[in-house]
Order: sequence, then structure tokens, then C-alpha cells
Amino acid sequence: MTTLRNVTRRAAILAGFGGAGALLWNVNNLTLSPSFSRVFLAVEDWTRISQRALLSAGQLAREYSPADISPVFKPNGTFNPGGEEYNTHVAQNFVNWRLKIDGLVSRPMSLSVAELRRLPSRTQITKHDCVEGWTAIGMWTGVQLGLLLKSVGLAPSARYAVFHCADNLSGEPAKGGEQSPGQYYESVDLIDAFHPQTLIAYDLNGKPLGVPNGAPLRLRVERQLGYKHAKYLQRIEIVESLRNIGGGYGGYWEDRGYEWYAGI
Amino acid sequence: MSRSASNKVVSARDGESFYRHRLPVRLPHWINALCILFLLGSGLNIFNAHPRLYWGQYGADADKSFFSIEAVDRGSQTYGVTQIGPWHVNTTGVLGWSQERGDYVGRGWPDWLTIPSFQDLADARHWHFFFAWLLALNGLAYLGWSLFSRHLQKDIVPTADDIRAIPRSLIDHVKLKHPTGETAKRYNPLQRLAYLGVIVLISLMVATGLTMSPGFDTVCPWLLDLFGGRQSARSIHFISASLIVLFVAIHLIEVVVAGPINEVRSMLTGRYVVPKERRE
Repeated sequence: MTTLRNVTRRAAILAGFGGAGALLWNVNNLTLSPSFSRVFLAVEDWTRISQRALLSAGQLAREYSPADISPVFKPNGTFNPGGEEYNTHVAQNFVNWRLKIDGLVSRPMSLSVAELRRLPSRTQITKHDCVEGWTAIGMWTGVQLGLLLKSVGLAPSARYAVFHCADNLSGEPAKGGEQSPGQYYESVDLIDAFHPQTLIAYDLNGKPLGVPNGAPLRLRVERQLGYKHAKYLQRIEIVESLRNIGGGYGGYWEDRGYEWYAGI
Repeated sequence: MSRSASNKVVSARDGESFYRHRLPVRLPHWINALCILFLLGSGLNIFNAHPRLYWGQYGADADKSFFSIEAVDRGSQTYGVTQIGPWHVNTTGVLGWSQERGDYVGRGWPDWLTIPSFQDLADARHWHFFFAWLLALNGLAYLGWSLFSRHLQKDIVPTADDIRAIPRSLIDHVKLKHPTGETAKRYNPLQRLAYLGVIVLISLMVATGLTMSPGFDTVCPWLLDLFGGRQSARSIHFISASLIVLFVAIHLIEVVVAGPINEVRSMLTGRYVVPKERRE
């Protein structure tokens, strides 16, 4: 006996299987379609909101013992920014390297590596989780970013800290396929910027940071993936919006489809 | 009602149709199937970004892997080499070195297995997390209903009789002999073990997946202790996924052996026709 209910159910079952089949068949095209990008951005928001709710107490990422340190801390991305300017800094042992902090701040600052080393420091042994899947554990020493941001004084409209780097990692096409400038940059919001484990690090495993790992300064954002930990730091710009920086998504890899919130 | 699998007294009428699967079983089943398909495909694409597995807290290029799928140059030739512990197998053409859009490229799993088929970590992660959320929410809803309605306790968890009947059930399965009559109305001992096993595996997938998240590790650092580190968790994630593939393969074979039309119909409409009793 065919009832209306059976017909509706049959239609629902066929639609379900048809939809799933169509999804799988067109998966490559859908991956790059704008409507699916919006769905994926909503998933990222959902992940960020959930993790931030669970992390609202400001918990610290696990800190390890010296016995847990990786024998080799794998470098990735840029191994050496090169170029005349950077090579000169390497030759001079970075004595003339400056870290500028500007943007929406009341007292812009420019610090040498030696000046940073004279500030109160924090040392932490943490794991570095790359988006690719590998993990390296290292001991980092540096200045808490929160300390620096307090001393420059943030404007009420400040929302993000943008990290401008000395390395150019061109070659990967940006979102939508067009080539974008390959200058590396990253950004975090003020929740991560003021987290006690967020450092401007200058030492790795008790030695000055080597060139492959970001000499002379790199960011540590321990509750996020490796690509957020920008290397070769030159400038921290405090902004209200990420829209007009780089490709507009808040980072080199973000402009190439990766999540801005890299907590997973 | 008989509780023993070996009891052959048949009270069910031959060919009797009865309501076997309720909607809170059927709907999560198909959502789960869709999620697993997309999670496996996108997971293999993600694996290709670093096609090596380690045990312990850390693991990267300089550390010892127990499993890897890589392209290796030997002279002018490139080979796909799959490493399992001390063994190295030439898997050129399928694993490590295979064709993508007509050209040979170094990639762990071949393009016909990954979602999307082209190698892109960012895109694969998008699909993975979309379906991971769906899998987790679907699984929680199913587990919540199953506990509340006692479906899990009554239909899935093996009884003491089921445990005793495992050897007999094993022989029946090998002989491709399936329960008939009244005994066909309940899950048989191996079926219960398999379904319970896959529930455990999916829970493990979610837990080890979360252990790979630096954000979630900060919320629940004990997960790192439970699985022996982020790299162990990543390896357990991969091993559990492999066991789920094994489950799906056996599950599909059993559907075909037990009567595909009746089995698939029962998971779509809920109605299952009791197989006629065979003469012993």
C-alpha cells in the first residue's frame, strides 16, 4: 500500500543519497566554491567560539621537562630569509635589529634585541604542533608580549596585534588562485596577545635563536598551531581590523585558505 | 523469548516482517556513514602533508617513524617507499609516488583515495572539521538516545550468554550461516561485539583528534597522558581509522551475505523480513 507518508519517505531517502552522491562527485569543485568557503568559515567560527569558551579561564598550555625536548627542533617554511639586509644583520649578530611596536598605541616603541633581553623574561618548555602533523618540543625564553603591549598603551579601538616578518615565502598562490605578495605576516587577537605564555622569544633551548628557527626574534602562541608562531619579527602593528593587511585574512597562510584561529 | 543463540525453537512465522531499526538508529547510521566517508578521504589528504607516524610526545623529520609513505630518489629514478617498522616496501604507482592529473608526484596516498583529490592541506582540513563536528554531534545524540532508551544496554552490549556463544557465532559467520526465525530478531554475539567495537573506535577517533589540537590540549592536558603524547595520539587516530575501514569492509560483506535487499531496506524503512529457517 502506498501512502503519502511512504512517498515522502521515499523522496527523502532518494534526496539523501542523491545529495551525498552529488557532494562526493563534485567534491573538488565544491572545495573551491564561495558558498562552501562560507560554510567552512562558519565551522572555523564555531570551533573558535567553543575553544575560547573552554579556555576562558586563561589556562596555560602544558609545560614539559627538559628530558622531553626534541633532539632537533624542526624548522619549516623559511629556513633563511636571505637578502643583503638580512645577511648583514646575521653578519653583525643582529646588533642593529629593531623590533618596532606601532599602530593604535599611545607610545610607539622600537627595541633592540639587547634591550629586549634586559626586560623580565619567561622560559617555557612547550610543544610546537605543526598544521602538517608533526610535533617538536623546545625550551623558549623571551619577553611576554602582554608586558610590551602594556608599556606602549593600547588605544580603545585596538583589537589585533599584527606581526610583520622579514621573510618572503612566495610561491604558494593566495586564496582564489591569484599570486599575492609573499611577505610573511601573522596576527592574533588581544586574548592571545595578553596570554602569559605568548612571548617574543629570543632563545631556543638556552641558545640564541638560529636562523632556520627565526633569528633573532619569533612569536610563541602556545595554544595555536605552528604557522601562527611568526619568525624573523620586525614590527608589531596594533590594528582594529585585519581587512587591509596583506590578503585581508590575517596572515600569510590564512590568505592561502588556512584558518585564522589555529587552535586545532 | 529465547535468549540463547543456540536455541533453534522458531516462533516467528517464516518471512515475518517486523520493525527492527527505529529512526534514532537509522538516521544516525546514515549520517555516520557519510561522515566516515568524508573524514577518511580528507584524513588521508591531511596525512599526506606529513606522511610519517611516530610514538611519543614529539616526532618530526629527525625522529624515528614506525610508519611512513614517502618518495625516495635512487639515482635517476624515484620510487614510492612504504615503511612499516623495519620493513621497506616498494609501492611505486600507489603509495608515495603516484600519478596526479597524469604526472607522477610525491604524495603518500594516491589522488583517487583523498578528498579533495588534489593535494591541499587547507582544503582537506575544511572538509575534515566540517564532518568531524557532524560526526561528534551525531554520535553524542545517538549515544544519549541509546543510553536513555536502553538500546545500548539491551541490543548492543553482549550478554553473558552472548559471550559464551562467541565461538559458535564465529563458526556460523565463517560458514556464512546466519540466524533465522526468532534468533534473527536480535543482534548475534559477533554483531554486538562489532557494533560496540565501532562505537569505541569512533569515540577514540574523536578523543585522539582533539588531542592533536593545541587549544584542546590546554583544556584537557590529561588527554596527552592518556594517549602518551600528541604523536602517539596522531598514530592511534590513524590506527583506529584503519580498524574502522576493516569494520566497514566486513560490515558490507555481511550485508551482502545476509541478503542485501532485506538488510539495506531494514536500515532505510526499519522493516526487516525474518529469514526462513533452514533445515539443520
